[in-house]
Amino acid sequence: MSEKSAAAAEHFLRLEGIGKKFGSNAVVKEVDIAIEPGEFVSFLGPSGCGKTTILRMVAGFERPTSGRIIVDGRDVTALPPNRRNVGMVFQAYALFPNMTVAGNIGFGLKIARAGHAEVDRRVAEMLELIGLSGFEKRYPFELSGGQQQRVALARALAARPALLLLDEPLSALDAKIRVSLREQIRSIQRQLGITTIFVTHDQEEALSMSDRIVVMNAGRIEQIGTPFEVYNHPATRFAASFVGTLSVLNATVEEPAAGSVRVAGCMIENLALPRGAAKGAQLPLAVRPEAVRFGKAAEGDIRISGEISDVDFLGSVIRIRLRVQGELLSLDTFNDPSVEPPRRGDRIDVSFGRESVLVLEGQ
Amino acid sequence: MRRSRFLPWLGFALGAAYFLLPLIGTFEFSLRIRRDAYSFGAYANVLSDPLFRATFGYSAIIALLTILVGIVLVVPAAYFVRLRMPRLRPVVEFVTLLPLIVPPIILVFGYLRMFNSSSMLPFTASARGTDMLLIFGYTTLALPYMYRAVDTGLRAIDVRTLTEAATVLGASSFTIITRVIFPNILVAVLSGAFLTFAIVIGEFVMASLLNRPAFGPYLQNVGANKAYEPAALAIISFAVTWAAMGMIQLVARFAPKTSARSE
Repeated sequence: MSEKSAAAAEHFLRLEGIGKKFGSNAVVKEVDIAIEPGEFVSFLGPSGCGKTTILRMVAGFERPTSGRIIVDGRDVTALPPNRRNVGMVFQAYALFPNMTVAGNIGFGLKIARAGHAEVDRRVAEMLELIGLSGFEKRYPFELSGGQQQRVALARALAARPALLLLDEPLSALDAKIRVSLREQIRSIQRQLGITTIFVTHDQEEALSMSDRIVVMNAGRIEQIGTPFEVYNHPATRFAASFVGTLSVLNATVEEPAAGSVRVAGCMIENLALPRGAAKGAQLPLAVRPEAVRFGKAAEGDIRISGEISDVDFLGSVIRIRLRVQGELLSLDTFNDPSVEPPRRGDRIDVSFGRESVLVLEGQ
Repeated sequence: MRRSRFLPWLGFALGAAYFLLPLIGTFEFSLRIRRDAYSFGAYANVLSDPLFRATFGYSAIIALLTILVGIVLVVPAAYFVRLRMPRLRPVVEFVTLLPLIVPPIILVFGYLRMFNSSSMLPFTASARGTDMLLIFGYTTLALPYMYRAVDTGLRAIDVRTLTEAATVLGASSFTIITRVIFPNILVAVLSGAFLTFAIVIGEFVMASLLNRPAFGPYLQNVGANKAYEPAALAIISFAVTWAAMGMIQLVARFAPKTSARSE
């Protein structure tokens, strides 16, 4: 077996050159990705970026215009959804209103002609897994949104699917339930070791749950990486701006060979500038708010002073927006109850490390 | 203030009188079979008439079969139109309205021309065949009501997502319609069914021209030959129709609830 085919065999799910057009509108363009067994991969992007279309192609609800979908070594591109052995959780729960919780969870097993005893045993197992034992006889309308979505998850997992697809399952829930349910989903996924694709437009969900994140924009993959990589080393300007909060500062290239630029009256040196950056060229630089600190800088740090234009109290964190020579720079600082936060109009000094500066190449 | 309340009540009273006075008059007349006192003699005569029972029974069976054919025809059609061909909805809605525009007499003459005993499909060559033709005719007549009832039921549920959820769990189209969609629109289907029953039970033109022993022609025959019994029959017919309408209200209470309980 060649090295390439051996590597391919290890991948549980492969999308090879997947594309989808609706009429002349290409919503997914030549997407390639390989997912390992048991991996939790999130597709993250704004509305209309093609992430849900990819999920629907994997489920079989949409037929790719080009490319192949391989699951566990089997080409499923042309298979109908009811023969793909995937479990799916929808944003709108999609529980069958006429069936009890047990009826919903056991539906897939009954379709697969499992015996009564097997269905009952598996339903009990699933209810225990999602922490809803004793809810067998309830109808969906008797459950809260979070409980309904847990039942939907149990229903998707009951028939032991090869792949779990989650289509923005937390979007319809309120903030607190969302956080607890995402922890529960991740814990169940780890426990079962099931390969999972999660579609979301919520970066916090993607960052907190995923093994890897696929950042998508306009039908294309912008970056694939671990949450750490995507957040700290965004590959493109879109990935940098979509994941997390960024302050973008316009810099002027001073010495391309030395990697030095001038920003807000301050020189920064030894930056990895993009190829072809000429002296005098404008270059966008970005800094995460949490990388900016109050007060004096350490050796080699970049120091900037500016006037506070806004202070947002976010509970555990205070976000301060600083106006620096026409640019806006955000800074996050932990809330200290013994220290009064600065006020609008105050002049303050801030600093940040050179390593925290992201050079956006303008893709 | 008082005036603004008075006018709506006056409107309501006039409307109610317009509908109720003829009914009250008919009911009062139906009780006057004896000269000296009010009695239910006319009702006793009607209910003891073997022809009443035979024709009512016949029409009830035809109505039930019409409902069955209507459900088998309309539920999958409305479901697929909503799911796969939403652009066709205006066309289908127009087609389902045609029976309200085309009079039953035109319909039945068309049937007689198309399906007479010397045609390719000689439905009228036998009594059973004619019964089938009558059922198909009634299915057409009831189409506007049945289609709308089913379509309203489908609108109340998320057809696409429920279908996708069932499909991904391995269900076929037949399983999805019978085990997921149909039970969730059952109340709407029953509404259509009761309307169909109310239409079929008293229908005259088709049954008469196809020469079937139905309740409609019996009503007409009694009306032409007796005095008090037709009034009693009219009240009985109204009672049957009202019972059907009442059933719609009753079953609506059991509609599946789709929203989540609040946290």
